[in-house]
Amino acid sequence: MGILEVKNVNKSFGGLKALSNVNLSVAENSVHAIIGPNGAGKSTLLNCLVGKLIPDTGSVMFDGQSVLGRTPYEINQMGISRVFQTPEIFGDLTVMENMMIPCFAKRDGAFEMNALAGVARQRDILERAEQMLVDMRMADKRNMHAASMSRGDKRRLEIGMCLAQEPRLLLLDEPTAGMARADTNNTIDLLKQIKDERDITIAIIEHDMHVVFSLAERITVLAQGTPLVEDIPANIKGHPKVREAYLGETAAAA
Amino acid sequence: MLGLNKKDSTLLLIVAAMVLLAPFILNPFPADSAMAQFNAGYPDLMQRFVIFGIFAIGFNILFGLTGYLSFGHAAFLGVGSYSAVWMFKLLSMNVIPAILLAVLVSGVFALVIGFVSLRRTGIYFSILTLAFAQMSFNLAYSVLTPITNGETGLQLTLDDPRILGVSATADGGIPVTSLFGMEMRSTFTLDAGAWLFQFNTGYYFCGAVLLLAFYLAIRIFRSPFGLMLRAIKSNRTRMNYTGLNTKPYALAAFVISGMYAGLAGGLMASMDPLAGAERMQWTASGEVVLMTILGGAGTLIGPVLGAGFIKYFENIFSKINEGVLHQWFSFLPDGVENGAVWVVEHFVGPGWHLTLGLLFMLVVTFLPGGLVEGGQRIAKLFRRKSTEPQDGATQSHPAE
Amino acid sequence: MDAIILQILNGLDKGSAYALIALGLTLIFGTLGVVNFAHGALFMIGAFCAVTLNKLFSLSFETVDPTRTDFLGNPLKVKTPYLVDWFGPEVGASLIDWAVPLSILFSIPIMIGIGFAMERGLIKHFYKRPHADQILVTFGLAIVMQELIKHYYGANPIQTPAPDAFRGSLDFGVLLGFDPNVIIYPYWRLVYFAFAALIIGGVFAFLQFTTFGMVVRAGMADRETVGLLGINIDKRFTIMFGLAAAVAGLAGVMYAPINSPNYHMGMDFLVLSFVVVVVGGMGSLPGAVAAGFLLGVLESFASMNQIKSILPGIDQIIIYVVAIVILLTRPRGLMGRKGVMED
Repeated sequence: MGILEVKNVNKSFGGLKALSNVNLSVAENSVHAIIGPNGAGKSTLLNCLVGKLIPDTGSVMFDGQSVLGRTPYEINQMGISRVFQTPEIFGDLTVMENMMIPCFAKRDGAFEMNALAGVARQRDILERAEQMLVDMRMADKRNMHAASMSRGDKRRLEIGMCLAQEPRLLLLDEPTAGMARADTNNTIDLLKQIKDERDITIAIIEHDMHVVFSLAERITVLAQGTPLVEDIPANIKGHPKVREAYLGETAAAA
Repeated sequence: MLGLNKKDSTLLLIVAAMVLLAPFILNPFPADSAMAQFNAGYPDLMQRFVIFGIFAIGFNILFGLTGYLSFGHAAFLGVGSYSAVWMFKLLSMNVIPAILLAVLVSGVFALVIGFVSLRRTGIYFSILTLAFAQMSFNLAYSVLTPITNGETGLQLTLDDPRILGVSATADGGIPVTSLFGMEMRSTFTLDAGAWLFQFNTGYYFCGAVLLLAFYLAIRIFRSPFGLMLRAIKSNRTRMNYTGLNTKPYALAAFVISGMYAGLAGGLMASMDPLAGAERMQWTASGEVVLMTILGGAGTLIGPVLGAGFIKYFENIFSKINEGVLHQWFSFLPDGVENGAVWVVEHFVGPGWHLTLGLLFMLVVTFLPGGLVEGGQRIAKLFRRKSTEPQDGATQSHPAE
Repeated sequence: MDAIILQILNGLDKGSAYALIALGLTLIFGTLGVVNFAHGALFMIGAFCAVTLNKLFSLSFETVDPTRTDFLGNPLKVKTPYLVDWFGPEVGASLIDWAVPLSILFSIPIMIGIGFAMERGLIKHFYKRPHADQILVTFGLAIVMQELIKHYYGANPIQTPAPDAFRGSLDFGVLLGFDPNVIIYPYWRLVYFAFAALIIGGVFAFLQFTTFGMVVRAGMADRETVGLLGINIDKRFTIMFGLAAAVAGLAGVMYAPINSPNYHMGMDFLVLSFVVVVVGGMGSLPGAVAAGFLLGVLESFASMNQIKSILPGIDQIIIYVVAIVILLTRPRGLMGRKGVMED
């Protein structure tokens, strides 16, 4: 029984079937990658996990509880954090303030009316945010405007913000999309380090094979809304079905 | 001081000093000099500075922090005024219960309107608030006449009950508003040679309320709640995916700013106990938006500056007429003089609104951060000149 | 039955004005992505085009008629419009009489010019700015336009009569077989409705059947893609802005005889037109037109005594109530498209 259990999930938009009978089990403390060609339904599946979309049928259980019908913030409070394809951070705030917000969310829940409390006196929050910045090796950028940072740094900050909530499941949506090679490798190293140092389950949607094979312990291949194969990376690489669906053109050309 | 850091305490002290010394600061010119028309140290004008300052501070808590642009905030001001006048009619002429009721009632109104309007964002939110405000305005003029007295406006009369006070004074007049016996209208005049300084009880009462309102605003800005509001403005998606429910935060901000507006309305009625529906019109809502933007939305001092700036120039510009202009331009040759007067005439007197509209456009286009940003830019210019040789650091420091 | 028909008719002229303004707002919003708070001011300027032409045509010179005297016994001063002097009494008088319809020709170049100037001079700098900034800057512009008009034309409404030929009323009831004098409808309002229908039809035909219109519609659906095709969409959008301004202006010109123009009529109509746009669905042209007529007619029904006696004050707030209900139940409005203005 994995920490995340997706059973028989279907989702269509109009006449288009985006997901059909998706079953997925992500084991606790593992790194699970979901790959597939464009339009395979990866993003739809992810959106069903975080409450942005509601599946037509099927169930999504996280740690024995259903996430269906809950809003994104409720699902996040259950312990699922999401990293977006384009980093979603608070561009108008400083890096330190960015890091404090998930710390507040962790401590105070979805809403807390502390209008007179004074941020500067929240010792525990300041310490925690500072510690996270140090962990993310961006303490020197603490007073920078988040919007003025490089894409790699924004990604690093976003991952840090997710980790500050101590989630049990971290969802990453193509975390290296649009990144230069050096930034991609830095992100891979960062994710490896996170995997080694924390008790955390990581589910990652990725296009870049280099990223997938450097990180994943298990891989699910999605094609046309259905899981084709699920296996360990070594077996996936040479799997004929995968070559056909995913690397179709390359295989044919070779 | 009072739980504020040094910088904020300084700011609060500066504002306190300005409020305290306003009768001097705003009356720099001798009473019988030609420049006396630029004086602004009159009780009713100073009261307006302070009251609109409070209104703008409150509006800024919503717009400046969360970015939700309400085009209907004047409705809360109007509701506050009506509530206060009713308190004067039914209970007593003491301003405290009137103001408390004004804040309470406008808070309830804001809760209802905010709850509905905040189900939408962006321009839909603006139009919903506008629709609610226009609806209140129309109702105040029509069906609600028993409560609002329609077009005439709600006024005090001699046969109001005033349970804890008197319906009429000994000499048969309508009693005046007071704070435990201190009459709001009483003014002490200091005759200092050519200068005339007026110290009005009502003004100092409003000033004290402004300081309290400003202090609370600083606390809100510096609180985790304020941080959350700024985060909403910056990225609502990230808020949702960080386990935070943005709705109650935005609603709380809306209600707080509605209560500030109600407070301003209550004070307005306390200074002059009448209330009319025109206070709720959407042009009045537009005015507070303008004050906030002009001063600097999202900054602490901006709205106060903006309110003071607009109310001051409204007063000055409205007083200038053709005769004054001819006097000013009399040093020019005749033809040029007439031309100059013709041009300037558009912008003064009743043309003040034209100036206001132009100012609005210029500020939004070139100085979106308002007067505060303008000040910062000028300060930076000077600082750069003086520090450039020894300090080449280019690291950006975000504005506090 | 007759009462219902009367209310529908009464709602049509206001509905026409709402529809025309909302159509322009939607065109601007759909193509340029700009929320234009100055659109009501364009409507108002249109109405003042009619006022201006009316005044220009009636410019007169004074002569003294020695054969007659006024009541004080002085020689009578007679005012003769220049037009009468130039073109003879018949042509001159009918020119003055037809000033409002003639203003249509006069106002089109003016409105298009104002539209171009606005777009090139101001609006184009705000394409990439947040909607709040667009609202604020156009709000400022609306104040400026309205104050200028107030400066030159004063604050009081100015009567601008329709041509004599349209001054009476049509007994509509008789046509439908009701008793006489039950459904009476002024001719000019019929003209207004027909005119509005013509313009709306013209705009739709223009968008539907011309290449220009096709590109604009494509741009409304997906601006980026059209931009990628290498079509100079910006120039077309400037033209669209001019067109929208002209539509608002014409709506104003023809409205002048219905309600004497004053400087704040634009703002009054703007608030309602925005509500119309939101009800119809941001970015939907048919939605704007349908909602304009719908709300006009609803407003007229709400002002019936029978309804007011059940729900006092409903006539004052019906439009807002409808808008609030629609926004909360159908966030995209009646015919709104997905993905428009959903931040």
